Amino acid sequence: MRQTCNSDGGVGSTENVQARGITLLSIFVDTPTAEPNPETKLLADFKTDTHLSKVYLAGREYLNKEGQTSVSPLVGKIMQQICTDPTLCPEYPSSFGLPEFTRRATELVLGRDCHAIVENRVLGVQTVGCTGAVRLGAELLKHWYNVSGVWCGPVYLSSPCDDSLAGIFEAAGIQDVRRYRYWDTEQRGVGVQKMMEDLEMAPEQSVIVLSASAHCPTGSDLSQKHWRLLTQLMVRCRFFPFFLLPAQGLCHGDVQQDAWPVRLCASLGMELLCAQSFSHSFGLYGERVGHLLCVLKQSSTLLAVQSQAEKQVRALWSRPSVRGARVVATVLSNPAHHVEWQEGVKSMVERGILVRERLREKLRLLGCPGSWDHLIQQGGLYCCTGLNVQQVEFLEKRRHIYLHPNGCLNPQFCLAAPPGSLQRRHTPKLAVWLCLSTHRIIRVSCLRSPLPSL
Amino acid sequence: MSIFAEVPQAPPVAVFKLTADFREDTHAQKVNLGVGAYRTDDCLPWVLPVVKKVEQMIVEDNSLNHEYLPILGLPELRSAASKVALGDDSPAIKDGRVGAVQALGGTGALRIGAEFLRRWYNGTNNTATPVYVSAPTWENHNAVFSDAGFKDIRPYHYWDGEKKGLDVTGIMDDLENAPEHSIFVLHACAHNPTGTDPTPDEWKTISEVMKRRKLFVFFDSAYQGFASGSLDKDAWAIRYFVSEGFELLCAQSFSKNFGLYNERVGNLTVVAQDKDNLARVLSQMEKIVRTTWSNPPSQGARIVAITLNNPDLFIEWKGNVKTMADRVLLMRDQLKAVPLPCSGGTPGTWDHITQQIGMFSFTGLNPKQVQYMIKEKHVYLMASGRINMCGLTSKNIDYVAESIHETVSKVQ
Repeated sequence: MRQTCNSDGGVGSTENVQARGITLLSIFVDTPTAEPNPETKLLADFKTDTHLSKVYLAGREYLNKEGQTSVSPLVGKIMQQICTDPTLCPEYPSSFGLPEFTRRATELVLGRDCHAIVENRVLGVQTVGCTGAVRLGAELLKHWYNVSGVWCGPVYLSSPCDDSLAGIFEAAGIQDVRRYRYWDTEQRGVGVQKMMEDLEMAPEQSVIVLSASAHCPTGSDLSQKHWRLLTQLMVRCRFFPFFLLPAQGLCHGDVQQDAWPVRLCASLGMELLCAQSFSHSFGLYGERVGHLLCVLKQSSTLLAVQSQAEKQVRALWSRPSVRGARVVATVLSNPAHHVEWQEGVKSMVERGILVRERLREKLRLLGCPGSWDHLIQQGGLYCCTGLNVQQVEFLEKRRHIYLHPNGCLNPQFCLAAPPGSLQRRHTPKLAVWLCLSTHRIIRVSCLRSPLPSL
Repeated sequence: MSIFAEVPQAPPVAVFKLTADFREDTHAQKVNLGVGAYRTDDCLPWVLPVVKKVEQMIVEDNSLNHEYLPILGLPELRSAASKVALGDDSPAIKDGRVGAVQALGGTGALRIGAEFLRRWYNGTNNTATPVYVSAPTWENHNAVFSDAGFKDIRPYHYWDGEKKGLDVTGIMDDLENAPEHSIFVLHACAHNPTGTDPTPDEWKTISEVMKRRKLFVFFDSAYQGFASGSLDKDAWAIRYFVSEGFELLCAQSFSKNFGLYNERVGNLTVVAQDKDNLARVLSQMEKIVRTTWSNPPSQGARIVAITLNNPDLFIEWKGNVKTMADRVLLMRDQLKAVPLPCSGGTPGTWDHITQQIGMFSFTGLNPKQVQYMIKEKHVYLMASGRINMCGLTSKNIDYVAESIHETVSKVQ
């Protein structure tokens, strides 16, 4: 295929196309390049960085000792079983997904004896990951939150929150997305007072997106006392809670405790949505196992809401993929498997706590200024160091250590061995760099001497 | 008071309801001709042998992890799927102006394409761009484009109920009269629900008008290989349009031709004028995916990618596809052998059924006749008269044929 030049000298499309007289301007000529999302950009910068000891700490996944995502032997065994099971047929699932999965996912959050389940006013929909759950929830709110008109918000997100959240609500047609203050840099924790202040100012019937536990990206959660205060406020102001529960079990090592805020709201008779993910707790990231839970006030509305949810799903992805959901359902339906899974989750949490403690201890030994207790007070997959933008930039540009711009990182990646690195454990190195960047002093002697092992 | 108190019940999805009614029916000879999936002669779903083989390979492969796929999907799937649609020797692929987005089935591919077009085609966020879907069409087309934000979704003439074939004049009229830049959803082959496709000459005429009137081509390709038994033959229309220089979108589904209904494997192929335009389009599609499902599921994608990229497995797969297509052709043939009453106005021949192609057929039965079939004969089909040929087996074909015979005689 020869390439020809068009009349203004540029290299044109193929001879074939030109010969047929098609207009030279692409119909996509006005489509601009999308801004890369911050996470993609960070990862791309990391990949092009040629420094040998570069470290990426902003990953989304839970990693094992070898620095990889993995599934437990139990999950591996079940996947093998599913593969060879002749009774399973490749039929289209319902738009709501596998019934056994939605049942177990619902029970996991609310508890089997929850009044809402008993009274048949709970809707569960299997979704494509947590993103799919949030999107479906957003679509339901958009279309049905205010039947007399088209509802466009406001939706309140925590500051900071997962990068993609605002975009999901906007994609569903909800333009009025606002923030409430959440992370307090000075306190290095949740600034409850400021959060309450912001929410007091929110219009009635606002939708408030809340992290039930293991807040992304800070790892900082409200205490039970503060949850009670918050729910009182929400009831008074008629707010609608939209919970995020992406890693149930991975915060406190206890599925009940991690879902406590959702159960509290349900026990108070509130209506709510809850977007769940099983990616982290089962290591099934690629399978996109998500769930949207909807608790209604009256069982009389269930069928109608269910039918509308089906309608939305039909036009988004029609039905979800089953393999991951089947694994999760198999584990959660079998008491012995359920126990084994919970124990596995607990040990993941214990390992996570160990990493955080080591990091904090190292910083203490190095005499790093400031308090680092918040590292162990936070839970789940993420942790907010409290480093400011300049410090994070220093780490990236000068030390080739990549954190989220807001200073948050995934402690698991501290213990992972990046490719091409001679050092197996990075906690010491990270601690040194954190210390140095806080001082903003380059201690050459410290750099050259071998780092102490843990 | 619930905030959802006034939410109305949405109408049930017709094909789901039909299947539900069928399940509850206790009649011994009941037949489900509404199902949208392949069935063997024993009326069972079929796991393709090549799929079983590859699934086992995947389970045993310890190097495969369960990490997130990239947002745009598994690269090996995207490139292989586009190649299947456009051909190994596709000049457009060689030019680097073909890209793809892995999606959740054909529906997901259509949705991403629709969302992109609504945002960036024919202006920015131009929700008024008319979208034309065939009359009739797969009932979900309307919902997908409507939910993506398009306000003006119109039918274009397609099925001629009287002659039981393509309404060529009607199609041409609609193409000529459509506002410039309108989007047309074209079924690449095995039109759902009529089973009636344009001939190559008819496609050429359609292409000529669409080019002249600057209409946008959006192919829906859910049955490649399934229609004629040949992948290349079933992709002829897509390839022709690409060779004519069209920039287009093609939503592909691997649900039917891989029997992977529940793993949701789809691919949105994008053909742009050049690399640069392609890159910008894909960047916007990535943004759209990020707010819809973030990353697509991996299992089905792996199965399809491994199969398409391995020469031996690819051949084996083509054989499996041909097996399915051949069974459908056989059923069409056998149905044709059944005599039908000739009485003024009612169908007297089955020619339209044997000339139709793919999973579905429009029998020509009217709604009253369909009701009779369901209530009296326990043969379930869509109110439109659409039947799924895969629901026919050597064991039930006589019963079905007799039922149609009786229905046509008794009910006008």
